[in-house]
Amino acid sequence: MTEFIYLTIILPLAGFLINGIFGRKIKNACPDSIGEKVIGWIGSGVIGISFLIALFSFFETLSLPADNRQTIVNLFNWIVVGGLNVSFSYQVDQLSLVMAMIVTGVGFIIHVYSIGYMHGDKGFWRFFSYMNLFIFAMMNLVLGDNFLVLFLGWEGVGLCSYLLIGFWYDRKFEKGTTADAAKKAFIVNRIGDFGFLLGMFLIYLTFGSLNFNEVFSRAESFNIDESVFNLIALFLFIGATGKSAQIPLFVWLPDAMAGPTPVSALIHAATMVTAGVYMVARCSILFASAPAIMTVVAVIGLLTALFAATIGLVQNDIKKVLAYSTISQLGYMFLACGVGAFSAGIFHLMTHAFFKALLFLGAGSVIHAMHEEQDIQNYGGLKKYLPHTALTFLVAAFAISGIPPLSGFFSKDEILWYSFANGSFVFWLIGVLTALLTAFYMFRLYFLTFEGKYRFSSEKHPHESPKIMTVPLMVLAGLSIIGGFIGIPEIFSGEHGNQFHNWLAPIFKSAERKLITYGSHSHFEEILLMVVSVIGAAGSIYFARYIYTQKSSIAVQISKRFSKGYNLLWNKYFVDEVYDATVVNPILNTSDSFLWKIADNKIIDGVVNSTASIIDVVSQKIRKVQTGVAQFYAVVMMLGIVLALFWIIFGR
Amino acid sequence: MQNNYLITLLLLLPLLGGLFLLVLPKGKENIVRYSGLAISTVTFIVSLLLYFNFDPANGGFQFIHQFKWIEKLNISYFVGIDGMSLLLVLLTTFLTPLTLLSSWSGIQKNVKEFTFFMIMLEVGMLGVFVSLDFFLFYIFWEAMLIPMYFIIGIWGGERRIYASVKFFIYTMFGSLLMLVAIIWLAVYASSPLGYFTTNLLELYNVGPEVPSTIQNWMFLAFAFSFAIKVPLFPLHTWLPDAHVEAPTAGSVILAGVLLKMGTYGLVRFCLPLFPQSSITFAPYISILAIIGIIYGALVAMVQKDVKKLVAYSSVAHLGFVVLGIFAVTMESIQGAIIQMINHGLSTGALFLLVGVIYERTHTREISDYGGIAKIVPVFSFALMFASLSSVGLPGLNGFVGEFLILIGSFKSAVLNNWWYTVFAASGVIFAAVYLLWMYQRVVFGNVTNQKLNGIADMNKREMIVMLPIFIFIVWIGIYPSTFLNVSKESSKKVIEQVYYTQRIFQK
Repeated sequence: MTEFIYLTIILPLAGFLINGIFGRKIKNACPDSIGEKVIGWIGSGVIGISFLIALFSFFETLSLPADNRQTIVNLFNWIVVGGLNVSFSYQVDQLSLVMAMIVTGVGFIIHVYSIGYMHGDKGFWRFFSYMNLFIFAMMNLVLGDNFLVLFLGWEGVGLCSYLLIGFWYDRKFEKGTTADAAKKAFIVNRIGDFGFLLGMFLIYLTFGSLNFNEVFSRAESFNIDESVFNLIALFLFIGATGKSAQIPLFVWLPDAMAGPTPVSALIHAATMVTAGVYMVARCSILFASAPAIMTVVAVIGLLTALFAATIGLVQNDIKKVLAYSTISQLGYMFLACGVGAFSAGIFHLMTHAFFKALLFLGAGSVIHAMHEEQDIQNYGGLKKYLPHTALTFLVAAFAISGIPPLSGFFSKDEILWYSFANGSFVFWLIGVLTALLTAFYMFRLYFLTFEGKYRFSSEKHPHESPKIMTVPLMVLAGLSIIGGFIGIPEIFSGEHGNQFHNWLAPIFKSAERKLITYGSHSHFEEILLMVVSVIGAAGSIYFARYIYTQKSSIAVQISKRFSKGYNLLWNKYFVDEVYDATVVNPILNTSDSFLWKIADNKIIDGVVNSTASIIDVVSQKIRKVQTGVAQFYAVVMMLGIVLALFWIIFGR
Repeated sequence: MQNNYLITLLLLLPLLGGLFLLVLPKGKENIVRYSGLAISTVTFIVSLLLYFNFDPANGGFQFIHQFKWIEKLNISYFVGIDGMSLLLVLLTTFLTPLTLLSSWSGIQKNVKEFTFFMIMLEVGMLGVFVSLDFFLFYIFWEAMLIPMYFIIGIWGGERRIYASVKFFIYTMFGSLLMLVAIIWLAVYASSPLGYFTTNLLELYNVGPEVPSTIQNWMFLAFAFSFAIKVPLFPLHTWLPDAHVEAPTAGSVILAGVLLKMGTYGLVRFCLPLFPQSSITFAPYISILAIIGIIYGALVAMVQKDVKKLVAYSSVAHLGFVVLGIFAVTMESIQGAIIQMINHGLSTGALFLLVGVIYERTHTREISDYGGIAKIVPVFSFALMFASLSSVGLPGLNGFVGEFLILIGSFKSAVLNNWWYTVFAASGVIFAAVYLLWMYQRVVFGNVTNQKLNGIADMNKREMIVMLPIFIFIVWIGIYPSTFLNVSKESSKKVIEQVYYTQRIFQK
């Protein structure tokens, strides 16, 4: 099956084309909602089959010896010029298979859910067509065997997010429109891509290739200055901060919720934002050779995690809270990469895909039931009306809060442990603090939405979503519960007992050899830290429950008492405003009032037009010489002859 | 066996066809339209014969046809093509029938004259790309100005006279300098050669030997003339005016082909004739090119007229091409050549689409639009597609060219500095800004201008015009080898010629 891996790319493309070209016709040709079903199942089906192909490839690869699990499937040449030789070829290995299964697996569940969620939308076919394109781009990104195919997917997901965030292009969103949010996503991503491009150029210049295997093996064997590695890693990481919404380029992700909710699930969980983490993990050897940038990665990840979590504390839009939690969780993944625990980063990427998809789809179910209401202050007591949604949401909230034995516990704990063991106590401390905040705001969200008193008007009659939406929730809930068991830490599972780590080990082998492995830390320390973080998270949950189900006045008091801090958080540290004032507006104003209106119209054209008018004036003068009076011409001619004679006679 | 008369046939066919148009009876507009379309389509087919008989492994000129013309001065009718000129010939013959088809309903007055000028324009452009004798080249180069002048001046917008005169004077100014340089070079060459000639291939051997001071002046005269045509910042201000005032077909040809004559000239003449000077001036010209990339993009961003926006975007795109040329690496020159084609397709498509919507609404102000996605979905899709091609989305054509140019300039020994590429690459961000912002304001949102309600979506004819362009946009995007292979050997030859006299730069 592995040699047919390209089908996982071609099938979504086919789905995109079929629904994109014939979707409208299918919808019009079929009666009632049958058209929607056909479109929806074509869209979901291609992703489902892709998942099965990835799954079979996984088992096939699993049966191979651990050091020989890489298969390259070459399709055809793409760009061959000079020393550059890039093909459309795909690499099946441990890392790309994990990613491929997450993308198609979680993607498939989201697609199925969307059949219910998007029911009745006039752009139903367009939606599925874009979603398939999204998966197509993401599969190129994770399966490409060279930087350029990765970049094709990299920009491709940017485009798809643009199309999907702006899906309801005639709607308002916050201060602007959905189209503003879409454009912002694309442009902020492009700023990151700029860094990624420069990274690629430097890689090509240094290693003479853009092919992963060639570049990574040469990175080990060539004698290259560390400063070059630093620069390469820095450029690549700039790309990652764009795609994976890290400081300073995170600003697009909260606005990305302007799209339909399943899109948020897809962007936040299965695709797009995970791209940056994947890329850093894929290039682990390049990063490991650049220790200074590793620290940058860890610190940026850590700061982003904390920063986003604090914003999440006070937001009232259900999707916005989830958006900041994604940014925060991605920060954890970069923290893991930055301290050299790449497989822990990918592990968290996977578990996060399960519970974050679940959270967003659950939020979608709530929004669906509440007729597009997204403010959690206007929810309350919804458990009674949406029992399945409430239960699965609770599972996800426990998972993201790191409560054992749910999946989030294992992955988050592994990251926290490595941040202590390979990093420092401060890393761990900030990491745990973020974990406590996470548990608090997630349960704030849960209690305000599902428990307590109703705070919505009696005109609303919330109802549980149809099966096509709740079954996906249950599947994801199942994965969120058991997903962590494949990565049980070695203190519980014995030496080499962490299956997930073992599976990925060959990929990160050379990177880990470069890094200083963590020294002697006792099992006691590890268990102590684990217990501290779990107790802290549980305490946070209890605290949230106390405030939001019993003493809601406390929340109000705190916000009044610390009104400045609250304002700062509520306005998301005014980052958007600062960017507008320092970057966006100056560029716009200078371009308009100086470059165009003065430099172009006045200065350059001024010179051109005045040259023309000088010539005009001079010609006007000269023209007067031609008076039409023959005698005058005769006089001039005579003068000329005389002068010529003088020159001939006396000139020499 | 290659047919030596094929290029002459390629020139004669539209020339005679154009004259034939003139004798058609007045008032039969449709006969004129169909005849024009037929002539240009047959011309396209002839150019395909060139493509299929072309030997990509041969870096020299092929299909050479030469006979003596003015014997005393050794001036001859001398035509031939290499890979680069073949691609540009194909672009020209490909775009011309499409522009005629696109003007079917847009041009109502003086259809006969319009079609005639368009066909004559094609002759001029083809002549420029196939001439291997300076005298012949110059005749085509100048002759081509005349039909363009009339196309803007007669069928243009409100300020058409200002625009056409500006266009004419700007380019005329450059041409005169080039004429002086041609004569100077030929006279200079007559002492080592022993006779006067305007044969390009013979001058190729003499040019690099010209002492550097004189070579610099000759180079500058040529480069100046080509820079106006490109246009290179700050010689670009004729372009927005000419574009805005020209009718759709004029804009498409102007952007699609005419600008390429400037970049073609740089590769065909400046680099191989004056390699030393090219390397001396490469940094300065590259800086102007990069200023053009960023400046063009920033000014495009704040335009209120959608056609002007596309015009300024051309300044940015051609900046990439010039950068690629003067980086003088295999990657960058191949990238520059493919980017010339790309720009012809993407910007051509954008102008065609602006023409489509203008015909319906008679406004080019961005603020008059908004929310048309619901009214004209096919058009909206097409505009998205063309914009993405122009933005340089991987998988579409624009990316291949930009990427090759940037990666080539990054490793360039001539420029030998990363900052060129860093600044140029920032243009990639700005391109996304101005095009997506324009798209959003035109297509998304709610309809606020009631006049937009009820306008018709693209009709079959308009879709037929766009379809072939879109096919090539995807083709070049995922399998550029078809085209890169054609120009490979000629790019290599240019680079060898530059390095031949500059061994120190050889890596």
